[in-house]
Amino acid sequence: MSDIVLDIDNLVVTLGKEADSDRVIDGVSLQVREGETLCLVGESGSGKSVTSLTVMGLQQKGALVPVSGSARLVGEELLTASDKRLRQLRATRMAMIFQEPMTALNPVVPVGRQIDEVLRAHTNLDAGTRQQRILAMMEHVRLPDVTRIFKSYPHQLSGGQRQRIMIAMALVLEPKLLIADEPTTALDVTTQKQILALIRDLQRDHGTAVLFITHDMGVVAEIADRVAVMRYGRIVETGPLDDVLRAPTMEYTRNLLSSVPSLVPRAPRPESTEPIVLETSALGKVYRERSFVGKAREVAAAKDVTLTLRKGRTLGIVGESGSGKSTVARCIVRLIDPTTGSVRLVGREISGLSRTALQPHRKRIQIVFQDPYRSLNPRVTVGESIAEGPINYGVPRNEALKRAGELLELVDLPADAISRYPHQFSGGQRQRIAIARALALDPDVLVADEAVSALDVSVQAQVLDLFDEIQARLGIALLFITHDLRVAAQICDDVVVMQHGRVVEQGPAAAVLTDPQQAYTKQLLDAAPGRHWDFANFRPVDSSPGVGAV
Amino acid sequence: MAVETLPEPSTRVTPTSRSGFGFLTSGPIITTATICLTIIVVLAIIAPWIVPHDPMLLKPAQRLKPASAEFLLGTDAYGRDVLSRILYGGRISLLIGLGSAIISIVVGLVIGLVSGFFKWVDAVMMRIMDGLMAIPAILLAIAVVSLSGASLLTVMIAITIPEIPRVARLVRSVVLSAREEPYVEAAISLGSSLPKIMWRHLMPNTIAPLIVQGTYVCAAAILTEAILSFLGAGISPEIPTWGNIMAEGRTYFQIKPSLIFWPGLMLSIAILSVNLIGDAARDALDPRLKRREGRK
Amino acid sequence: MLGYLIRRILAAIPVMGVVALFVFLLLRLTPGDPAAIIAGDNATPEQLMRIRISLGLNEPLYVQFITWIGQLLRGDLGVSLISGVPVLRMIGQRIEPTIAVALSTIVVSILVAVPLGVIAAWKRGTWIDRGVMGLSVIGFSVPVFVIGYVLIQVFAIDLRWLPVQGFRSLSRGLVPFAERLVLPTLALSFIYVALIARMTRAAMLDVLDEDYVRTARAKGIGETGVLLRHALRNAAVPVITVIGTGFALLISGVVVTESVFNLPGIGRLTVDAVLARDYPVIQAMILLTSGIYVAINLLIDLAYTLLDPRIRY
Repeated sequence: MSDIVLDIDNLVVTLGKEADSDRVIDGVSLQVREGETLCLVGESGSGKSVTSLTVMGLQQKGALVPVSGSARLVGEELLTASDKRLRQLRATRMAMIFQEPMTALNPVVPVGRQIDEVLRAHTNLDAGTRQQRILAMMEHVRLPDVTRIFKSYPHQLSGGQRQRIMIAMALVLEPKLLIADEPTTALDVTTQKQILALIRDLQRDHGTAVLFITHDMGVVAEIADRVAVMRYGRIVETGPLDDVLRAPTMEYTRNLLSSVPSLVPRAPRPESTEPIVLETSALGKVYRERSFVGKAREVAAAKDVTLTLRKGRTLGIVGESGSGKSTVARCIVRLIDPTTGSVRLVGREISGLSRTALQPHRKRIQIVFQDPYRSLNPRVTVGESIAEGPINYGVPRNEALKRAGELLELVDLPADAISRYPHQFSGGQRQRIAIARALALDPDVLVADEAVSALDVSVQAQVLDLFDEIQARLGIALLFITHDLRVAAQICDDVVVMQHGRVVEQGPAAAVLTDPQQAYTKQLLDAAPGRHWDFANFRPVDSSPGVGAV
Repeated sequence: MAVETLPEPSTRVTPTSRSGFGFLTSGPIITTATICLTIIVVLAIIAPWIVPHDPMLLKPAQRLKPASAEFLLGTDAYGRDVLSRILYGGRISLLIGLGSAIISIVVGLVIGLVSGFFKWVDAVMMRIMDGLMAIPAILLAIAVVSLSGASLLTVMIAITIPEIPRVARLVRSVVLSAREEPYVEAAISLGSSLPKIMWRHLMPNTIAPLIVQGTYVCAAAILTEAILSFLGAGISPEIPTWGNIMAEGRTYFQIKPSLIFWPGLMLSIAILSVNLIGDAARDALDPRLKRREGRK
Repeated sequence: MLGYLIRRILAAIPVMGVVALFVFLLLRLTPGDPAAIIAGDNATPEQLMRIRISLGLNEPLYVQFITWIGQLLRGDLGVSLISGVPVLRMIGQRIEPTIAVALSTIVVSILVAVPLGVIAAWKRGTWIDRGVMGLSVIGFSVPVFVIGYVLIQVFAIDLRWLPVQGFRSLSRGLVPFAERLVLPTLALSFIYVALIARMTRAAMLDVLDEDYVRTARAKGIGETGVLLRHALRNAAVPVITVIGTGFALLISGVVVTESVFNLPGIGRLTVDAVLARDYPVIQAMILLTSGIYVAINLLIDLAYTLLDPRIRY
């Protein structure tokens, strides 16, 4: 058995110094061994990031206080170590990479110099040797054209390149422990796949112990040797990857795994002959950047997008960031004006209508946004928010408020929610409120723009169920924008795959997601983390109609 | 960000954070400032009933008397009672402070709201605001006053003009960032009219920053009025204002420095109190503003 | 880069246009006869006539404006109504004390304020932070002429360390020049230090919360490196911005300071012109100071591109 690199024993971290302060971390114990990856998995607020920051000594000083327990790095106690000793240990023995590589790098310093700082702080090497070592490390993390990137600023690099720089910076002094805090969450799936492979390979070559923090079970299945599930500041369950995925012993873990949508598309519904409610043809949106000198720059955010949606059906638009899927949604709802093409809503052309002419048609199409914390006006009660639409279309206030109460019931919220303010609700509840608000106008089409992406997986499952239920009851048509193929597989009848503003492939979800015809779609499916595992059924995906078997 | 300290970031903008003026007594310094300002305001209001002498009455025989039982702070070069003039002086200062704050906020709010919503208005308005901001406030004010004659109203307007661009830009920036909020986009797709969106979803965001900015404008206006009077370009010299008393005191500074120090002290305390209250209001009403803005 | 430069310069033109229009209309649109306003209450008809002709007031408004702009573009700022001396020459004669006080104030303020702001942000919430912030509020609140007179009373009258008032040109020796500059600079620096320290602190607090500061700490580099190389570098843009916009405040302060300390600078020139309603001088002074303000802020815009590689259009 290899050596224990990180040994956390009964760690307690409280919010503030007082004896009765809330415990953010409540008795966490875990070990990470040399050459091993421990995935610390949990939903938001579970305390997984606080645990890792406490190990590094980077928690908010004064606000988060480790009050008892121990955290030892190769036998050396970290919680009582002096600031100076912690500084010496960082980057040399333990290193950390973060979620958002854009903000984690200093925007005004070339990336090469940022790596160089590590060497200057911890070694006595001369400038030439340092540069050689950095360039070698940059090649090691598979960055192209390292001499150019060495001098580049973070904003000149792609998200994946930035995260590679972060990894190079973290590993240049070959630390014993690497803490990776959601390192791929901000990246597209294809990039995520490469970064995960890189971390795996580097770990194998150097025997680094990796504490990998994530909320994504797919990522866990890809990278973990062992798994620790966290909730409310405690470890719920811990064990080897296979044991936890196949036979979770705790109820919470079971629920968490069952909530992960399967990549295998749900059983297709019969072809529909219902009327078409939404139709776009050759829809395009071009952004022009005016400039005094030189030519105006044009960026086609969406081009030639043609799609149809029938009553009672769900159409998904899937793609990575920058694919133009949100642009299409916003053009359809006319939050932005399309440059070319047509949008027909229940047979009526709306793409060219002026604001006033559009007014009577707005209520036929409604939208639900991604961020539940920003999509409700914090100063307006839930009831007033839901009633706003109907009141705009002439429904008397009392009636609109009464209807708001019924809608709250429809989205499974208590009736007394009507007079409360948004901040009194959780993210999932707010998303339900936003759905109720959209439904208040009895729209024919409901657009969900990444509407479940910001939610924890268990909440996400509930909101997805809600969409299904609403569709069954109201016969509404859903246009579902998502980057998550798992979500698309579970909710969509048809999917449109977009890349660089264009439609790459479209068709029935069951066909596109199991037997993709285009290379890009294949690549996307191939990059979906944990695609070989059927989490909800605690077993690998069978090879018969399976996705990974392509 | 992946740092999860609290389960829910539910304290974004809570309705409770807008209610009440409890912040006025939230600490020893701010409580002192509130008390000082209250005393100055009360003294200014009741000045006509409590002053020991007529502040305008010239008594050449009593020129430059030192402090005595009859004249607690002595007399000025025309034999007028300094204490009475200082008590009266607060009236003009506070009136101008309050008036300028109100005018600049009303005008700035309108300009800012409209600019935040209409691109063409914005392009024109912001150039005008840039131009006004390029002119040093004191120069602009003394030029306006000297040309249009020094009355209370013209002085107030002269002081307000340079403050308007700051308020307008503040409102505009709040509107522009609030416009991007999904709840405003939701209101658009719910078919809410433009005035309704402005009134219900955009305006409330400007209230807290405007209260804060209003106190700063008030402090700046009191200061500018004093400077105008001090330079001889303000309200007519025989009317008692803190700036006027000091302007007259300049000539006799080496003989009788108290002619400058007493009104200077009152002036400084008044401005300091208003500024401190502004800071406390900012901390209490809008935690997001706390760190972002230095002052203007 | 060149495109950016050209665009910034073009953007400054409408600003100066607004200033010029404002200055022009200020006299013409105030109620009453501009000539009478300028000449004052006791003017004779001949005096009024002379003023009307010299200002071209008998022409239609737009002709007056075009003529005036034409003169401005040729560098002709007009002639003083009182002394008959060209305004440009008057400014040239009196610019030295103003530049001396303004420059020394900027230098002193930056040297004092930036470290104060950095330390206050670093020690956020401690008595050091509260002390710096308290001083900054006082600096904002106590009028420069009150500070000026207190300084004169203490250092010139009571302690007799420095001369009370006045100015000596640098050409007459460094010591007399410098010793008369100390008090005005000190008085004027208060508000500027307050402004810059406050903005430095605010900008630093923002930056210290950024992820890259956490990354820098995770690299194990020392606090000084974190503060200066990572935080201050990124906080520099708002700080420099406030130094630029604070220039308008500085000009206002200079006007008052020159009156308090009896410095024969262009601030005094302006006040005298206002009191004498010497309109060409007032116009010129507003245009000049606004022009300098716009130029300084243009330079600062260009400095952004050096400080932040992301701004490079």
